[in-house]
This record gives sequence, C-alpha cells and structure tokens, in this order.
Amino acid sequence: MPDPTAEPLDAGRIVLDDADIARALTRISHEILERNKGAEDLVLLGLHTRGVPLAKRIAAGIAEVEGTPVPTGSLDVTMYRDDLRSHPTRAPHKTDLPAGGIDGRIVVLVDDVLYSGRTIRAALDALSDLGRPSAVRLAVLVDRGHRELPIRADHVGKNLPTARSEKVRVRLAETDGADAVTITGGTE
Amino acid sequence: MKKHLLSIDDVTADDIAALFETAAEMHDVQRREVKKLPALRGRTVINLFFEDSTRTRSSFEIAGKWLSADVINLSAKGSSTSKGESLRDTVLTVTAMGIDGLVMRHSASGAAHQVAQWLDIPVINAGDGTHEHPTQALLDAYTLVRHLGSLEGKHVAIIGDLTHSRVFRSNIKSLAKLGARVTVVAPPTLMPSGVGPWSAEAGFATSYDLDGVLAGDNGPVDAVMMLRVQKERMSGGYFPTAREYTVGYGLTRGRLAMLQPGTPILHPGPMNRGLEISPDAADAADSLILDQVSAGVAVRMAVLYHLLAGEEAVQ
Repeated sequence: MPDPTAEPLDAGRIVLDDADIARALTRISHEILERNKGAEDLVLLGLHTRGVPLAKRIAAGIAEVEGTPVPTGSLDVTMYRDDLRSHPTRAPHKTDLPAGGIDGRIVVLVDDVLYSGRTIRAALDALSDLGRPSAVRLAVLVDRGHRELPIRADHVGKNLPTARSEKVRVRLAETDGADAVTITGGTE
Repeated sequence: MKKHLLSIDDVTADDIAALFETAAEMHDVQRREVKKLPALRGRTVINLFFEDSTRTRSSFEIAGKWLSADVINLSAKGSSTSKGESLRDTVLTVTAMGIDGLVMRHSASGAAHQVAQWLDIPVINAGDGTHEHPTQALLDAYTLVRHLGSLEGKHVAIIGDLTHSRVFRSNIKSLAKLGARVTVVAPPTLMPSGVGPWSAEAGFATSYDLDGVLAGDNGPVDAVMMLRVQKERMSGGYFPTAREYTVGYGLTRGRLAMLQPGTPILHPGPMNRGLEISPDAADAADSLILDQVSAGVAVRMAVLYHLLAGEEAVQ
C-alpha cells in the first residue's frame, strides 16, 4: 500500500482515538488467545509498515495475559504485489521471521487496514515461500470493506463502513508520533 | 533510477543506497529454502555475452531466475556473430523476440552504450572492454559496506592491472560516491596513460610503491582490492616476468602481514593464484572473495528488480 501522502496531521475526522485503538488491540489480543486456546504455537507477523508495530502491541497484550512472550516478526510483500508493474519500483522492506520459523505454527497476520484484500493475497503467497504454517489467521485494526478478493479478517478492531472515495488513515505512535484513525475525503 | 545501467554514472548515491537496501533483502532469500520471488514473473531477460564469463553470467542468470524471470543465455561462440552478423543485427534480432531486458558483455568499450541507443528496453552493462563493469563495482561496494559499515572516509587500495581494468574504472566512481578515499597502485606500465589529470579530477591517489601504501604512507589502509592481471588483453611487454610482477605488486604472504588484522581483501576474480594474489591472501580469514560472489547474486537481483519490475514508462 503506498504510504499516505503528506497531509496535515490533523486532517480528517477522527474515528478512533488513542484510547479506542488501545481497547481494540486489547480485545484482539484476547480474541486471538480465546480462538487459539492459549498462546501455544502462535506467531504474529506484522505487515509493513504499520502492521509491524501493531503486531508488537498485540504480542505485548498476549504476553500480559499469558505471561509468556509470543514470537513476532515482520513480513514484506512488495515483491508479491499484483500491482508491482503499475508503480515505480520501491525497495522492499525487511522480512524478519522469528527464530523458530513458521513451519507448523499458527501465524496471525497483522495489518492496519483491510480494504481490497490484495495485500493479504500477496502476504499469503509470501508465506507459502517461507514455510508451511499449520494455519494462517488475519487480524486488522480497521476493516473498511470494498473487498476485491474472497478474503476476510478473523479479528477486527473496528468495522468502518466507508465510501471508496474516502481515505482511511491509521497513525501510530511508533511510525507517526501519535495514535489515531481518521477518515478524509468523500462526503466531507 | 535511470532506465539503463551502463556506467556507475547512471546511479546516484541515493540509487546505490536503494539498491543495497534491496540487495540486503535478496541476500536473505539466498538462505531460504524456496529461493524464489515472483517480482519478475513473465519477464524475459537475455544474457548476451560476447566475452567469456563464469561468475558474472551465472550470477545474472541465477539472479533473474530467483526473481522468476525467464533467462536466456547467448554467447557469441555458437551464435550468428561467428557467422559474421553485426552487433546491431544480433541485438535487434534477439530483442525482436520480445524480451524485456538485456544484459550484455562485449570486448569493445562503449558497446553497451551503443546498444542502449538502438533499443527501448533496459540494457545492463556486464562489462564493456576496458571501460566499465558497474554491477561488479556495486557488489564490491556492497560487500565492503556489509563488512565495514559505512565507507565514508575509509581508505581503499586498488592494486594491479589498472590499464585493462573496467572493474577499477567503475570502482573509482562508486567508491567516490560512497565517500571512500582510494589509492590505486600499479607498475608504471600498467598505470593508465593520462592518470595524472584524471586522478586529480576524480579525487583518487596513485602510487607505484605497494609496500609504501600498505605501510600507510597514504594513510592506514582499510581495505585491499586486488585486480587480475589480464593476460588475454596484453600483447606482452608490460612486465618482464610473472615472478617480477609478484615481487613488486602481488599480495604475497609478506605483504599480508603488513595489513592490520581484519583488513578485508577483495578480488573480482578469476584469480591468478601465485601471480597477483598468493594462496595465503586468497584463503585468509579476512578474504571476502567468496562473499563477493554471493553478494554478486544479491546485487544483480536488486539491479534487475529496480530496472525491470516497476512501471514500464519509467525514465
């Protein structure tokens, strides 16, 4: 997903503030544990850019409940994108798998916004080149709809009905200095 | 990044940084079980080699294949060139088959530039005569950066047959772009003519005295790059005997001892063991010669990716 272009940081309508984001991530942490019946075999993989800090936060939430750290890593899907040819070439980010790898693990992919589903499609392809997880699940902070592929999230922080003309922006303290989810454009 | 990679002049310091960033990721792919990325799926790259090559051609082939491109190797021997076809007709013929990128090596300096003007697909220079070999310089610099961290202010000594070396000519430019200081050492007969004004303009130092340079006459040496004595480009008379060359300019066991421990040793290969480099140096713990080979695949993957994966209308 192309990085959001430079806009004033206060642009748009805030739909999730920092407390909302924290609550959503805590709930996702609990959901993942409940679904998995514990933290065993879990691996959290964040998708660049903002999925990476989100995965770390969810892992911290899980560790708080279970008392054991959850292996986390990052996954870059640049080379697996189906729109590679329609953009100027970008250098790929780092793909970092936890030491134990992903074979036989339950991999939870973490991303900020679920939209067309194409990024997740690319991530699933990337995963199959990296190993064979026993299951792959998807956690996203925001699901804004408009899927173009048969993909859905297992854990959603907030369902956000949007128009295609609107723009959803997720800002996180780690990457943008503060936590907020905003919508710009569309009917505004 | 420009459309072609014909010379190090075609890349900026920022381009080099982006290439190295990509190459670092590609290096990780080399260690994976499934060594395949789909970035160039459906693209076809032709390796057109009018000169012999082992590592450059095979690493371009591996690089293309690991990026899922279809790679075709054509060497001048056994092609229509040996029947007298002109260079222009050969490249127009192979590109007419619908290829997306051309990797070319030729014994004539400037051949890749000339070919790039005839074609509208990216052309990558894999060595043209005694002119340039940009991907070699990039992989040398990448290997050094991985080993030394930044090259800013580092002192690199390049030693050997400078006259015939395209590797040296590309390295001078890439090392300068990365902020390194370079001293080149060669016997007077293998020092390129006109090196005086050239070195002043390009900002490198020259010397005929290898022992002096290694002893730190020009500042402590942070890395040593040995060049191959290119017997095939020589018509004799550059030095009296091989033995004499080794005594004056070979990285012998004695000179190895003059280096600070941990000083990386590079050689683009193929090595003339016992001539410009002793087995002690080639197989030393600080020798990065095999690292250069594995970096070669990663850097060439990065180059192919940046030139071929993106938008077609780039310039």
